[in-house]
Amino acid sequence: MSEESKKKIMFTVRKPPHGSIYVYEGLEVKLIMAAYDADISVVFMDDGVYALKAGQDTKELGIKGFEATYGVLVDYEIQKVFVDRQSMEARGLTEEDLLVIGEDEDTEEPIRPKMVDASEIASMMAEQHNILSF
Amino acid sequence: MLHTVNKSPFQNTALESCLRFTQSGDCILLLEDGVYGAVSGTAQSALVEGALAKKVKVYALGADMKARALKETIKGVEITDYAGFVDLVAANRVHSWL
Amino acid sequence: MKLAVCIYEGPYNHEASDSAYNFIKAAIAKGHEIRGIFFYHDGVYNVTRLMEPPQDDRHIANRWSELGATGIDIVVCIAAAKRRGIVDEVLVPNVRISGLGQLTMMAIEADRMVIFGD
Repeated sequence: MSEESKKKIMFTVRKPPHGSIYVYEGLEVKLIMAAYDADISVVFMDDGVYALKAGQDTKELGIKGFEATYGVLVDYEIQKVFVDRQSMEARGLTEEDLLVIGEDEDTEEPIRPKMVDASEIASMMAEQHNILSF
Repeated sequence: MLHTVNKSPFQNTALESCLRFTQSGDCILLLEDGVYGAVSGTAQSALVEGALAKKVKVYALGADMKARALKETIKGVEITDYAGFVDLVAANRVHSWL
Repeated sequence: MKLAVCIYEGPYNHEASDSAYNFIKAAIAKGHEIRGIFFYHDGVYNVTRLMEPPQDDRHIANRWSELGATGIDIVVCIAAAKRRGIVDEVLVPNVRISGLGQLTMMAIEADRMVIFGD
């Protein structure tokens, strides 16, 4: 199937990690869907940006974390990963605070989620076939 | 776009966030606890009033309004039913602001 | 139009299940096709036959089962179900357990997917 005829599916992540299971089980959906013929993008906004904060350690909680999985999203061919700029700024976060989601095949440069403005996200939303929120 | 919001604006920022990503011509449907955002004369009425001023259509689900004994809605908010909800979905892409 | 519905919350505790049900009934009444209903997260608790609500309350699991009897594909996520102790033996008739691939197909094939949750 050509890139144009692939259905665009967006995931939005607005909940913080660990306090509830939504982010974790939402990630499971992304990994499965990546194996199908769909044009996937993921947008983190509001408390969802905390799901991407580097250095999460859930050992003492006894909860399985997911930082390692988010760290290889690019390997699952999920490359369109965005964070909402205003959500980041409101929480005192910068791009450097975010975990790496893979590395560039050619340059081996680390790839981080791309920070974008709300208007850009709104335009992307309007182009989607369906949007799943977690 | 149709944005569905099911949280009270007194408890949760879903409506406020939704408005940041809403463009002129979009629709918002307030349902479940989201309908508290449609009430006039509250400390949170300005959110929906601002959306209406931005040429965003705002709907509130009548069944949820009735269940909560809510009558006084912000001028410009349209009360709809589940059939109207279905029509909104058929006419727009949807994002649920859970 | 082909519509799909995804439900994230358990029954009674949250309005999500009721909203979804009312939405689906209205969509059917308008002649839309329901491509599928998918239960995820605690939503998997919606279709256990072990629930026994008071007589004067709605029976949420039976309601879904009746919709399933009309031919609508109702799917419970296997990963979410196993995690929560929901297995084939406790399901009401006319619903099935399957994988997230089913959710993927619904998201791709349905013209619209509507999510009900918390």
